[in-house]
Amino acid sequence: MSIIEISNLTKNFGKVRALDGINLELTEGEIYGFIGPNGAGKTTTIRILLGILKPDEGQASLFGMDAWKDAVEIHRRIAYVPGEVNLWPDLTGGEVIDLFVKLRGTNNESRREELIERFDLDPSKKCRTYSKGNRQKVALVAAFSSDADLYILDEPSAGLDPLMEKVFQECVLEAKSRGKSVFLSSHILSEVERLCDSVSIIRQGKIIESGSMRELHHLTRTNMILETKEDSISLEGLDGVHEIEESNGGYSFQVDSDKLDAVIKYLSQFEVIKLESAPPRLEDLFMRHYRVSGGDQK
Amino acid sequence: MTRGLFSQTGQNARLILRRDRIRLPIWLLAIILLTIVVAFAYTGLVPTEQERMVMAETMRNPAVTAMFGPGFGLDDYDYGAIMGHQMLLFTALIVGIMSVLIVARHTRGDEENGRIEMIRSFPVGRVANLSATTLVLLGANILLAILTGIGLWATGIEGLDLGGSMLYGAVLGVSGFFFAATTAFFAQLFESSRGTMGVSFAFLGFAYLLRAVGDVGNETLSLISPLGLVIRAEVYVNNYWWPVLLTFGLAIVITGLAYYLHSLRDLEAGFIPSRPGRKHASIFLQSPFGLALRLQRTAILGWVGGMLVLGASYGSVLGDLETYLEAMELIQAMLPDVEGFSLVEQFLPMLMAVISMICTIPVLLMVLKIKGEETKNRTEHLLARAVSRSRIMGSFLVLSLVVGFLVLSFGAIGMWSAGAAAMDEPIPLATILPAAMVYFPAILVMIGVAMLLVGNFPGATTLAWGYLAYSFLVVYLGAILQLPDYLAVITPFGHIPRYPVEDIVFFNLFLLSLIGVVLIIGGFWGYKKRDIFG
Repeated sequence: MSIIEISNLTKNFGKVRALDGINLELTEGEIYGFIGPNGAGKTTTIRILLGILKPDEGQASLFGMDAWKDAVEIHRRIAYVPGEVNLWPDLTGGEVIDLFVKLRGTNNESRREELIERFDLDPSKKCRTYSKGNRQKVALVAAFSSDADLYILDEPSAGLDPLMEKVFQECVLEAKSRGKSVFLSSHILSEVERLCDSVSIIRQGKIIESGSMRELHHLTRTNMILETKEDSISLEGLDGVHEIEESNGGYSFQVDSDKLDAVIKYLSQFEVIKLESAPPRLEDLFMRHYRVSGGDQK
Repeated sequence: MTRGLFSQTGQNARLILRRDRIRLPIWLLAIILLTIVVAFAYTGLVPTEQERMVMAETMRNPAVTAMFGPGFGLDDYDYGAIMGHQMLLFTALIVGIMSVLIVARHTRGDEENGRIEMIRSFPVGRVANLSATTLVLLGANILLAILTGIGLWATGIEGLDLGGSMLYGAVLGVSGFFFAATTAFFAQLFESSRGTMGVSFAFLGFAYLLRAVGDVGNETLSLISPLGLVIRAEVYVNNYWWPVLLTFGLAIVITGLAYYLHSLRDLEAGFIPSRPGRKHASIFLQSPFGLALRLQRTAILGWVGGMLVLGASYGSVLGDLETYLEAMELIQAMLPDVEGFSLVEQFLPMLMAVISMICTIPVLLMVLKIKGEETKNRTEHLLARAVSRSRIMGSFLVLSLVVGFLVLSFGAIGMWSAGAAAMDEPIPLATILPAAMVYFPAILVMIGVAMLLVGNFPGATTLAWGYLAYSFLVVYLGAILQLPDYLAVITPFGHIPRYPVEDIVFFNLFLLSLIGVVLIIGGFWGYKKRDIFG
C-alpha cells in the first residue's frame, strides 16, 4: 500500500518554478531517501505534503487522503521534524516536547523519558539556551515519542554530533522494524545509503533519478585504481570509462557498472600489478548530477 | 591579585562608542530635547502666576504626591519649581531605562552571545569590558548632565536659573550612572541578559514604588529609594546638592562591588545559577490557545497593569481637571457646549477614545503574533500536527478579544479608582465603564482588519498599524486641527457615540460589530486557503 503518492506536483513562487511535475511513491514500511542540493525543492515538497503549501498542479496524497484538504486528519498519523528547528525561547525543551505530543493527540510517557535519555537532552532548559543540535533533539524526541505511522524528516541530523547521529539512525531503524514508514530528506549521503530502501534525487524542481537503492547502484560507477608494468596504456576513449587520473605511476578511474566486464577484459592484456575496486557510492552519483546542474547555471 | 586586570580598557571603550555611535546620541538628544520642550510647554500651559497657583493647589492631593513626589516650593510655584517637581523624577526614570538597556547590552548581553569570549582571547584584562562600559556610561551621563543644565538655562525661561539648571542636569546624570552601576552589578549575578535586564527594571520600578509609598506615608522609605533622593534635591527651589553626592558615592561603591564579583567569577557564569525550568508542560500549555496565552503572558500582564496605571494617572487629575479645563481655551475649543454635563464629563469621551486606541495596541499585537510566528518558522510545528489553521487563528482571536476586554476594563477601573480618591463628586463606575466599553466594537473592527491582512495579505500587516495611527490622528488631533469630518468617517473610532454626553446608539455599535465580524471571517477564509511560509 502506498503511504505517500505524489503525481505531477508543480508549485510556483511568483515566477520561480520551485517544483516542476514531480512524481514520487512511498510504500508502507519503507524508508525513502529524498536527496538533492540546497534549493532543489526538498523542503517545498515536504511542506506540500504537510498541507502548509498548496500545490498549483498535481496531487499529493498521504494514506490515500489529500494533503491539503485532509491535513488535520493526516497529521494525526504523522510525525515531522523540520530541518531548521525554531522554538519558543521562553519555553523549556520539556514543555515543548509535551506540547508537541499533545497537539498530535496521542501520548507515550515512558518513551519520552527513554528518548530524552538516549538523546542526552536536558529538558529543564529554556529553548533560548539550546544549541542548534539541542533544538534538533527536542524535535526528534517529540517525533519519535509519538506513535506515528509515517515519519517525515527534513534533514533531521544536521547539527547532531556523530554519537547522536547514531542514536537518530537507530530510532529510524526501530521505527522501520515496527512497520512504520519514513520519508527522509537528507544531505548526508552515507546516512541515506545506510538507512534507505529507495531514493529520489531532486534537482531544480525535477526528480532526475529515482528507484530502489539496488537499482541506483546499477546506475553508479565503480571506482578503480590500476597499476601496470607498461608505462603508458591508453584508457582514453574507452567506452564506459570516466574521470581518468594518473597518480603515482598508476591510474584511477571510474567505470560504468554495465561496462565493467568489457573494461576488465581490455585491461587483462596488460600486465596488471595492482587492481583495486571500490564499491559504487551514492555520492558519486549525486556529484555527477550535481556537477551537471552546476554546469547548467549561467 | 592578577596583574593587568584593566588592560585595553580604552580600546574596549572605543569599541562600545563605535557600536553605539547612533544609539547613544539619540538617547541623549531625545532626553535633552524632551526636557527643553516640556519646559516651554509649561510656559504655554500655565502662562499666568494665578494659573500656576491653581496648579500648585492640585499638587497637594495624595494621588499626585504618589505620582510626582511631595510638592516643594508650592507657595511660589514658578516654572523652576514646576520642572523640578513634575518633570525631574520622570526624566530620571527615563535616564535610568537608558542606562539599564545600554549596560545590559554591553555586559551580560555580549557575554551571553559569546562576544566577550572572543575579546578575552586577546591580551585584554578581565574587567576591561566592564570598566569600559562603566566609563562610557559615566561619560555619557556627565555629558547629559552638562548639556541638560546648559540647555535649560539657555531657554531663558523665568525661574530656570543657572545653579538650578546645573543641579537639574546633575540629578539626571547621577541617576543614570546609579542605575548603570546597579545593572552592572546585576549582570554579575544572572547568567542571561534577560535576567539582568528583568531584575534591573524591576529594581527601577521598585525604587519608584518605594518612593511613592514613602512620599505618601513614611519618609524613611523615600530616603532609601534612589528615586526618592532625586526629588529631595528640591531643584530650583532649595538646590540641595547632597542627594547628588550621596547617590554618586553609592554608585561608586556598587560599581566597585560589580568589579570585584566580575574578577572572581568564570566567564558566562553567574552568582545566581539559572533556575531549571519545568520538565513537563503544565495542563495550560497543551493546546494552541494555551501556547498563544503562554507566549504572550508577560506582555498581557504588562499591558493590563500599564493600562491600570495609565487610567489611574488620568483619573488622579480628573478631580482638578475642571479647574484646569476652565483655564484652557484650547481644550474648550475642542469641546462643544452641552447643557447638563460637567466639563469633566464632556472630557470623558475624549479620554476614553485615547485610552481605547492605546488598548488597541496590545490587541493588534496578539493578532499579528500569528504572522510573527509564521515568520519565525514556528507555525509549521503546529500545522504539521493535528491542528487546523482555523484552530490556530481562532486561538489568537479569542486571546485578542479577551485581552481587548481586559485592558479596556482595567483602564476604566484605574481611572475610576484614582478619580474616586481625587474628586469631590466622583464619576460613578457605572458611567465610566460603559464609556469605555462603547469603544469595544471599534476595537473589534481593528481586530477584523488585522485578521483580514494576516489571512490574505501577510506581507501587508503593517497597514493595521497605519490604520490605527490614522485613527489616532483623525480622532484626537482632528478636533484641535479642525480637520473635515469626512476623514473620521473611515475610522471605526469616529462612529462611537460620545457617552455620557450622547446616548449610546446601539445601531452604530451593532453595525461596527457586524463589520468587524465580516472582516474576521474574511481573515479565516484567506488563512485557510493561502500558503504558510513556516
